[in-house]
Amino acid sequence: MSDEKKAPDLSRRKFIKNSGYVAGGAIGGGILTSLIGTSVWNGDQKTAPETTTNNADSYNRALMYFRRRKDFEILSAATERIFPEDENGPGAIALGAPYFIDHQLAGGFGNNEKEYTRGPFSEGTDYQGYQSPLKRHEIFSAGIQAMERESQENYGTSFVDLEGEQQDKILQKFQDNKVKMKHVSSAYFFDQLRTATLSGVYADPLYGGNANMDGWRMKEFPGSQMSYIQQIESEEFIDIEPSPLKDHL
Amino acid sequence: MVKTLDKVDVVTVGVGWAGGIIASELGKAGVKVVGLERGENRSTEDFQMVHDEYRYAIRYDLMQDLSKETITFRNNPGETALPMRQFGAFLIGTGVGGAGTHWNGDTWFFSPYDFEIKTMTDKKYGKNKLPKEYLIQDWGITYDELEPYYEKFEKMAGTSGELNPLRPERTRDYPTPPMKSTPMLDRFEKAATNLGLHPFRLPSANISEAYTNPDGQTLNQCQYCGFCEKFGCEYGAKSTPNVTVIPTALKTNNFELRTHANVVGIHHDGKRATGVRYVDVQTGEEFDQPADIVVLTSYTVSNARLLLLSDIGKPYDPNTGTGVIGKNYCYHITPVVTGFFKDKFNASMGAGSLGTTLDDFNNDNFDHSDLDFIHGGSITMKQLGKRPINENAAPKGTPNWGKEFKQKSIEYFNRSIPVTSQGTSLPHRNNYLSLDPTYKDAYGNPLMRLTYDFTEHDHKLHDFISERCAEILHEMGADKVETRDLMEHFDIVPAHNDHITGGVIMGEDPETSALNNYLQMWDMDNVFVIGASAFPHNGGYNPTGTVGALAYRAAEGILKFKEKDGQLVKAKDSSRA
Repeated sequence: MSDEKKAPDLSRRKFIKNSGYVAGGAIGGGILTSLIGTSVWNGDQKTAPETTTNNADSYNRALMYFRRRKDFEILSAATERIFPEDENGPGAIALGAPYFIDHQLAGGFGNNEKEYTRGPFSEGTDYQGYQSPLKRHEIFSAGIQAMERESQENYGTSFVDLEGEQQDKILQKFQDNKVKMKHVSSAYFFDQLRTATLSGVYADPLYGGNANMDGWRMKEFPGSQMSYIQQIESEEFIDIEPSPLKDHL
Repeated sequence: MVKTLDKVDVVTVGVGWAGGIIASELGKAGVKVVGLERGENRSTEDFQMVHDEYRYAIRYDLMQDLSKETITFRNNPGETALPMRQFGAFLIGTGVGGAGTHWNGDTWFFSPYDFEIKTMTDKKYGKNKLPKEYLIQDWGITYDELEPYYEKFEKMAGTSGELNPLRPERTRDYPTPPMKSTPMLDRFEKAATNLGLHPFRLPSANISEAYTNPDGQTLNQCQYCGFCEKFGCEYGAKSTPNVTVIPTALKTNNFELRTHANVVGIHHDGKRATGVRYVDVQTGEEFDQPADIVVLTSYTVSNARLLLLSDIGKPYDPNTGTGVIGKNYCYHITPVVTGFFKDKFNASMGAGSLGTTLDDFNNDNFDHSDLDFIHGGSITMKQLGKRPINENAAPKGTPNWGKEFKQKSIEYFNRSIPVTSQGTSLPHRNNYLSLDPTYKDAYGNPLMRLTYDFTEHDHKLHDFISERCAEILHEMGADKVETRDLMEHFDIVPAHNDHITGGVIMGEDPETSALNNYLQMWDMDNVFVIGASAFPHNGGYNPTGTVGALAYRAAEGILKFKEKDGQLVKAKDSSRA
């Protein structure tokens, strides 16, 4: 891997964090898409190679659940605060976690497949778990709207235009269950958003996140290895190039 | 229109460890068995894409479809139970092999103290050691009586291990040697020895070397790939029903495996069962399967539920303390103490039951005279193989998202490891299973209702064992050692432990137990109920070894019953005997 991965340019990061979404929001998805691809990690997204071995440029970097670009941008900004880019390496956006979440919301995850969804519904105690009639995709959509509403009410501007610390304050309110949402607690929404973000960061790249297995590289997790029987007794830490599930086909 | 099928000798409800053992043992003896399994069939080939944390450990690919059936839950009888809509505190398996497909593989045998817990506690500590709400009772069998069946199970499963220095009553070696050790496990062993404790290698169903069992089934050598719990094994290197007893049963030509068959009731005339009704979950068609003997071999809650749905046995009533079905629901109290180290180790490498353990604070191996609890738990360090979505351990005070979270969870991914325990769970008067009055499954039948909360005993045991775990981690040189508090009340959301037991318990008295020591129902001679549902309490070890031993004993009982009808065991202390 290139050294740039370990030590990204700080001024560039700041640019992406604080003005990337403005550009994306104002100008259009094409620019946003290039900004939030892993191509930023190549040092200059304008000259990112057309063909790469990672999934950054793949055709599935498109939306199958969200209808409005703006909603996806808000989601993206929130995931980046949950798992920000730092000296360890890329954040949720560069890893493709927002696309992962979009795709999951369109399928079984978003539609509470294999979950008990029959009524009657009542709120229950703090120990009885999730009891809302809402589907997960409805909660994400409502949560994103609530984040935007909080931003407009408190700062008079869109969530995507806020400074990172301001976005954090709003997310913290959600986690602390201090935002009113219909038929669901904001803490539950936040917990789902957090788990989905981490899943997008660390799930096998086949799901559209964890671009170039960089989530795994940061954690020094070798992915899907067939066997460690020759290494398990080693006193030394062994650096292993990660392997994705696609290598099993 | 219900279709009635040809009668068979034996029908089993569920085909996991218990159903597989019954099918293999009876099949070998020439008895015709039909196994009804609600899920799908699967074998080693089905796990070629199994190294997928998201699919199996986050989205629970191998677990029960809760949209069709779940439980309802409340903390106490004064509350209204609500459905467990999503998985959380514990997972429930499904499909051929059941939980035996996705288990980690810790293969234990309960202690002599477990089987005679009431008698031995009273004798040593007096009758008032525990408040009377704790319904501990003897199991109606001793360790010595069950030992030959543990041996059968281990030889079938090829268990890898070494002898436990604190269990001298066991002298027989394991079929295969212990698994490889690792630097972290070596440090645990050294630290425990320094503290005067007695560590040994965890008995494991991840097999240390290729092994062919007495039935001719071969298990392969574990590859330490780090994907066991919640996953199937792509090597056939984990003892599961799918690679042992089920192929053995099929080889006899006396066993028919019928999948997608969800049993909804047991037919009976009040004295004897005549068969079961099931629904083909793919088509909705209903079938009656007549049988001479009905064997319930499902998960804990499903065993108790089918009896209650079928009006067999007397339901437990916590107000009067009478009745037995649903009684003595227990769990495992799970201390988790995490050591954060400066050194880095190969945390992603591992296996489900790759570990080192000790029994110094389990059973009655230490004096409880000055303690206000009994029993304890095995204390274990395992190297399971860390996976990145779920493993984000960071020292206390670290937020669970944001820059600092990212930094610390990455830093400690290969630098932290927990010491955990399977803490004994004692039955309490208010912890029980009953039918829910409101919520139904996909077939219109009431869900099982779980009424459960942690007890004072749980908290005392948990805190005591947590301190012992912490002492070992300090001795290991951990930079930071952090315990997890036991929540004041049991919460259905955070993952805690998958070992749920009781509800159809064995014993020596029909007034206080549902089954005799062959797991034959006291109230219906031709019904046997096998599983951890038979445990009167959950001891300080993982349950599967004991489920397996009890299944082998039940198989022997069923063969005896076929020879000579009637109760296999004379009840003690009962007006009904």
